[in-house]
Amino acid sequence: VSSVITWDSSYPGEKAVSFPESAGHSLDPQIGIDGAVAEIEKKIIEAFEVFDHECNKTVDVREIGSIVRSLGCFPTEAELHELLAEVEEEEPTGYINLEKFLPVMTKVLLHRSYQPIPEDVLLHAFEALDENKCGYITKEELVKYLTEEGEPFTQEEMEDMLSTALDPETNTVHYRDYISMLVVDET
Amino acid sequence: MGCNSSVAYRRSEKAIRAAILIQNWYRFTKARLETRRRYSLSIFQSIEYADEQDQLQLANFFTFMLDHCTHPDSVSQILTSPGISQVVDEGLSLTEFENKIDVPDSYYGPRLSFPLTVEDANALLHAFRNEQLLHARYVLQLLCETRRVLKEMPNITHLSTSYSKEITVCGDLHGNLDDLLLIFYKNGLPSEQNPYVFNGDFVDRGKNSMEILIILFAFLLIYPNDLHLNRGNHEDYIMNLRYGFTKEVSKKYKDHGKLILCLLRDVFSWLPLATIIDSKVLILHGGISDTTDLDFLNALERSKLKSLMRPPKSVRDRQDQPKERIPTTRLSKHIANQNVAGKTQHISSSGSTEPSGSNLPPDPALKEWKQILDILWSDPRSQNGCTPNKSRGGGCYFGPDVTAKLFERYNLKMLIRSHEFKPEGYEISHDGKVITIFSASNYYEEGSNRGAYIKLNPELIPRFVQYQVSKYTRRQNLQERVGTIESSALKSLREKIYAHRSELTSAFAQYDLNSTGRISVSDWAAAMESVLQLELPWRMLRAQLVQMTPNGEADYMSCFYDLKIGQPTKEVQPALVETLCRYRRDLEIIFNIIDKDHSGLISLEEFGQTWKLFASHLGIDVYDESLDKLILSIDYNKDGHIDFNEFLEAFHVVHRLEKKANS
Repeated sequence: VSSVITWDSSYPGEKAVSFPESAGHSLDPQIGIDGAVAEIEKKIIEAFEVFDHECNKTVDVREIGSIVRSLGCFPTEAELHELLAEVEEEEPTGYINLEKFLPVMTKVLLHRSYQPIPEDVLLHAFEALDENKCGYITKEELVKYLTEEGEPFTQEEMEDMLSTALDPETNTVHYRDYISMLVVDET
Repeated sequence: MGCNSSVAYRRSEKAIRAAILIQNWYRFTKARLETRRRYSLSIFQSIEYADEQDQLQLANFFTFMLDHCTHPDSVSQILTSPGISQVVDEGLSLTEFENKIDVPDSYYGPRLSFPLTVEDANALLHAFRNEQLLHARYVLQLLCETRRVLKEMPNITHLSTSYSKEITVCGDLHGNLDDLLLIFYKNGLPSEQNPYVFNGDFVDRGKNSMEILIILFAFLLIYPNDLHLNRGNHEDYIMNLRYGFTKEVSKKYKDHGKLILCLLRDVFSWLPLATIIDSKVLILHGGISDTTDLDFLNALERSKLKSLMRPPKSVRDRQDQPKERIPTTRLSKHIANQNVAGKTQHISSSGSTEPSGSNLPPDPALKEWKQILDILWSDPRSQNGCTPNKSRGGGCYFGPDVTAKLFERYNLKMLIRSHEFKPEGYEISHDGKVITIFSASNYYEEGSNRGAYIKLNPELIPRFVQYQVSKYTRRQNLQERVGTIESSALKSLREKIYAHRSELTSAFAQYDLNSTGRISVSDWAAAMESVLQLELPWRMLRAQLVQMTPNGEADYMSCFYDLKIGQPTKEVQPALVETLCRYRRDLEIIFNIIDKDHSGLISLEEFGQTWKLFASHLGIDVYDESLDKLILSIDYNKDGHIDFNEFLEAFHVVHRLEKKANS
């Protein structure tokens, strides 16, 4: 893996969790502002089209979260709902049009909203739940926190996380291992 | 409890913030996983559909060769099959095969006796589980009998649920024997109490197409009223030439392969086109169009159309057939209603059925062809209307309004179709009216999708059963599955990239005026799309395909670093090697035809001739000397023949550094 700084480090296939300080959306100096906006728009359209099954410039509203995140943003659920309110039709149809989505998302990327979560911050978050500082969290504790606090997980989300994170023999999650496993997978 | 309340409050607040962070981050990784899964499947599908379009172009080539090569050189005689036609005529019976083909004592596989019984079917299942082959004589007898039985059947089979509990409907199997065995294991073998409908595409791609056909045909003979087959777009000998079935048969049956294939060509054309249950549920392989006429379909002579890839002769005769250069622009799925050049490449469903400028009355053969093409190739879409199916190059996209109109006209309640890959094995569209059922699990790659089948009860309420055959004893989790699928998809994509190396290099160079070796990401993406025309999210894939420079530009030649084409000799022109790599599959099809005795060997002269014809049809310039040198270098034992399988393998793209997906 090369150690150079790439200009859009927030793309899949690269380490999103840890990245150099100046990352975010450093712009190609050759292009200039207009060119930069055009390039951002192209990125958004690409991401949109991945979820546009029928190639008719619409996606299911439930996919918006995936699209926004695939562009390197880390919105909370609450922030996503706000975004949806801006891109939905007057009468919600269950579909979102590219036409409405594009300008809103362009603004998001230009303003660098929904900043990524660095690896060390994530680690601190897990440590905060690890009261005894033993390097792991029990299944019960983790389930309690993640399904009751914050923006609670659905049953499916919880089970999915556990399927990768849980050590079935001890019924605990060794969070350092879990974090590094997911980070490695990204490269 | 009872501890310092402000500490507890702070701790709790910290915990809440931590929880939000973790949840947020988790949802992010989940979304990225989903994105990677989607674009991987998209890569597979784009390459597959692009191949299908190429296939149509190749069919044009055959058509052209067959119709216009009048001088008696070996090339034109290749494609007609003299000497085999006696097989197709009625005279051949079971006993003739018995007399003509000997089954040695050393053969321990199943020995069929006609009429077939359940014991024969069980013997076949047992044998195929143990990877045995059925002897050619029995295959031929089975095909002969199958044809006889199919001929009695109408184009559209009518079934009723009144005497049975449930009818099981299965979709595409594509040579995946494991899926068929799994279905029989979960759902029981076909019988009077357990009727089945198999909705086409039994063959191609997977490695056990022959075994699947044998099993299905055997049960058809044993339970002709309870096992029903619909024709799919892959039950077509020209499709089979490209997508692997022909090769499978030739390899498994070296002596009688050609005979088997010839008989199959006929059997496929006798497969029914559709099934209707209780006059309410229509089952066919592809879909419908706004002109679909079930009465017309029921009345036509279905066996006349051996392959849908070539329009009927009367239609070809009427159309202009200049030796056209094949257009290189792909039909874009993202641009609506593009005008298509080349009449034989696509039939517009809502357009007229006459070639432009013709004063002759509409040709019934054309209508027949189009009606069948539509039901075997069309795909449903959520937009209203009926438009030409651009990804496939045949059939159309039909919207909910088209479905509604057809249902009203024929008083139908449901349409069950297959033809399209679905990650969950099935999909419901058009407000519950259209069901897609796809039964080949792991279609693109281990873990890529589930398969499914439908159980239809007498109230005609469908129930879906999903499954996935797994090679690994330990189930992979989602992370690992996506990793596997992604690697595999990217590998296919890189091969395509390498096969277009020269074109890509010139496209890149156009943006790199100062020859720095670097261009912007935007230019890189534009160049990739203009050459490959796969409509993929290039910016998303960029990190996996090309390296970046410190100032954020694409080092475009790095696309090709880890790959090379295996070459038989070093002195051969790179451009020639690349061309051979790119057209490897097309050449394979042509060679399969030239190699009459399926020996795997063709003469140098035959190869040279055919290559020249193919190249001129594509508009490629190839200098004789380089080709001759290449051929000679491959003929290692200098006997005037080349093993073309080895030859083609030499032009397969090799990944110099195998990605460590497993380590």
